[in-house]
Amino acid sequence: MSQLAEQKENLIAPGHNACAGCGLVLAARLVLNAAGPDVIVTNATGCLEVTSTNYPYSAWRVPWIHSLFENASAVASGIEASLKAQGKLGKVKVIAQGGDGATADIGMMCLSGMWERGHDILYVCYDNEAYMNTGIQRSSLTPFDASTSTSPSGKASLGNPTLKKDMPAIALAHRLPYVATASVAYPQDLEKKVKKALSITGPKYLQIHSPCPLGWGFKTALTIKSAKLAVQTGLYPLFEYENGQLISVRKIAKPQPVEAYLKDQLRFRHLFKNEEGKKQIEKIQELANQNIKKYGLTG
Amino acid sequence: MKKFWEGSQGVAEAVKLCNPEVISAYPITPQTHIVERLSQMVADGDLKSEFINVESEFSAASVILGASAAGSRAYSATTSQGLLLMAEVLFNLAGMRLPVVITCANRSVSAPINIWNDQQDAMTVRDSGIIQFFAEDNQEVYDLHLQAYKMAEDPDVSLPVIVNMDGFILTHAYEPIETITQKEADEFLPPYSPDRKLDPAQPGTFGVVADPNWYMETRYAMQKSQEAAKRVIKKITREFKQKFGRFQGDLIETYRIEGAETVVVAMGSLVGTLKDLIDEERDNGKKIGVLKVRCFRPFPEEEIREALKDVENILVFEKAFCLGLGGILYHEIRSALYMSSCRPNLKCFVVGLGGRDIPKTSLKKTLDSFGPNLPDLNFVDLKEEQIKEHLYVPVS
Amino acid sequence: MWLQPGKLSNNCKKFMPRNKTYIAEPGSSVGNRTGSWRTEKPVFLNKKCTDCKLCIILCPDGVVFAVNKVYQANLDFCKGCGICAEECPTKDIQMVREVK
Repeated sequence: MSQLAEQKENLIAPGHNACAGCGLVLAARLVLNAAGPDVIVTNATGCLEVTSTNYPYSAWRVPWIHSLFENASAVASGIEASLKAQGKLGKVKVIAQGGDGATADIGMMCLSGMWERGHDILYVCYDNEAYMNTGIQRSSLTPFDASTSTSPSGKASLGNPTLKKDMPAIALAHRLPYVATASVAYPQDLEKKVKKALSITGPKYLQIHSPCPLGWGFKTALTIKSAKLAVQTGLYPLFEYENGQLISVRKIAKPQPVEAYLKDQLRFRHLFKNEEGKKQIEKIQELANQNIKKYGLTG
Repeated sequence: MKKFWEGSQGVAEAVKLCNPEVISAYPITPQTHIVERLSQMVADGDLKSEFINVESEFSAASVILGASAAGSRAYSATTSQGLLLMAEVLFNLAGMRLPVVITCANRSVSAPINIWNDQQDAMTVRDSGIIQFFAEDNQEVYDLHLQAYKMAEDPDVSLPVIVNMDGFILTHAYEPIETITQKEADEFLPPYSPDRKLDPAQPGTFGVVADPNWYMETRYAMQKSQEAAKRVIKKITREFKQKFGRFQGDLIETYRIEGAETVVVAMGSLVGTLKDLIDEERDNGKKIGVLKVRCFRPFPEEEIREALKDVENILVFEKAFCLGLGGILYHEIRSALYMSSCRPNLKCFVVGLGGRDIPKTSLKKTLDSFGPNLPDLNFVDLKEEQIKEHLYVPVS
Repeated sequence: MWLQPGKLSNNCKKFMPRNKTYIAEPGSSVGNRTGSWRTEKPVFLNKKCTDCKLCIILCPDGVVFAVNKVYQANLDFCKGCGICAEECPTKDIQMVREVK
């Protein structure tokens, strides 16, 4: 039976200032509950950190440290080294966390260093696809054509012109023993992946799709539905790599057209206004199709 | 036992005595010999330490931040560009009150790039809340590292410490060093045991958000700890003298300052040259002495004021200056003397930037041509023809 | 330590030790009653509930709990996002506008 529902006490307490319906804090709560209390967590600057640690209130029931925006992985490396020197590393696990901006942009240097050195740390990237905490600015994990405050749609722009940086591929290039993607829409799958990652020694990477009602522009109750559609369209494939081999994917019984996912988010609303937008939707559908093919998501 | 060691070897041996559990290393001239030697000690099993080769100085500081927060004694070494790159983390280390020790092999800052000695790098982080020492010679460097950990970890202080040593001049110079045994070091410096650390047995949230209702008091508390550090430094240097018989000053050191009409002030290895010069001058009957500022942060205002009272002429020699203002040590001393009744002839002499050699003759010339009508900011051995030939300098 | 929802007002008195810098105590956020945010609250009908526990799992704030299979939300903290009602497979939870 999944441990999630039996959890006696959430390791992230309520009373934090995350938005109602926040996908990120849900993902974090699921990760921590799956990891258990014998962890030390480092966190990058971002929504999760700012909403949960406004002194004197802290939502964290585990030892937790925040240093700077870009160094959650480097601080975690130091903690792991300290635990190793104290002989506690097997018993206490180290988890480093950050949003998509902290992971794929400003934190790339420290992250790459931590992975290359092979520290026994699980890195969790909460992918809400923009710099949400500072007001929904574009990051390198912002999807194609999404409208953000620094890549807005307008008469001369269709939103973010670049594709999502393929962080799992970068993780695989560092020869990580375990690389996976997950989504808040599938909490049992997320829990399994966290537990499996923590059972492996070495650097691990887990990227969790975490919808943001405020930043993406949908009603707070629809967080899970939105996350589910991202997976069901093939735009956010859920997979697991172990030692460089693709060992599992979440199959899609009946792939949804990308419109189903895009139409209820304000950040993609501009694509439904004219012919040009329609062409962009076709491009996005092509991206989904490529994922379906690459990972064998159907059949 | 006396050993004939390169300065950087002295540092490595001193750090070894302190038994840090985590060392992070990134190469940058001229500190690289320090981390290379530490790395060899770990490789040979002589030092039980987690030696982390990081991918930048920023990560070097972040690694020791994490290690210290998790309860380990931690160490790193850097200089110049590296110190500037880790500046963000240095403020973080001080604000989180983590007692790490960093050796800075003082080197000039880019641009233009220059790998030789001056003290501009350490000066740029003087506001960070980190305690800063400047060592005169390699014996002092060796002794300072043991004292530094004891100071940093004192419960009234709990601030990181930077031990500054002039790059190349001290790091690469071979000097005889009186060494300390591991047993003696362990008696002087007990193992690190913080009252709070990252531990599932006693969880806590470190690095919180402090909104306008909460932030200011943390900075006040740090100021109070810096002030307490003055007392702690005096206590620890006395303890060190008692145990090992060596005393190189606590916050300051005065040399032949009794009855002096003129005092030269400096930090770092330059003090050694000045002491030689002052010996000659005293032999010629001049009433002259040296004031060595050993601890730059916390700034020993009262001690300097006390040492310089009744002195007519003060020459502050500096290996850095604040562009747009003037001498740094000079202005701090000037402010300190504002509170005293005397009004000496106080001038600043910027010297040796970018590693330019400082011969005793240049210092003597400066001394001889000193007078009350000099400008406040002077440059020793400035090459006027070079300026005319190679640079555009606007008329003031 | 099992934190009993409903006894939270007593837990607001927390011991804050003096550290060198601010170190927040674990779970002290329970002093911040985010229940004041919401405009709608979840009403658990407990009629068609199949005990799937999705509401407990999917609540971002983790405030849904069950006592003897009777499901409820901790109204001191519930922000009224509506995810539990939206995701309940038997539609046994309704979001009701709160008038204060």
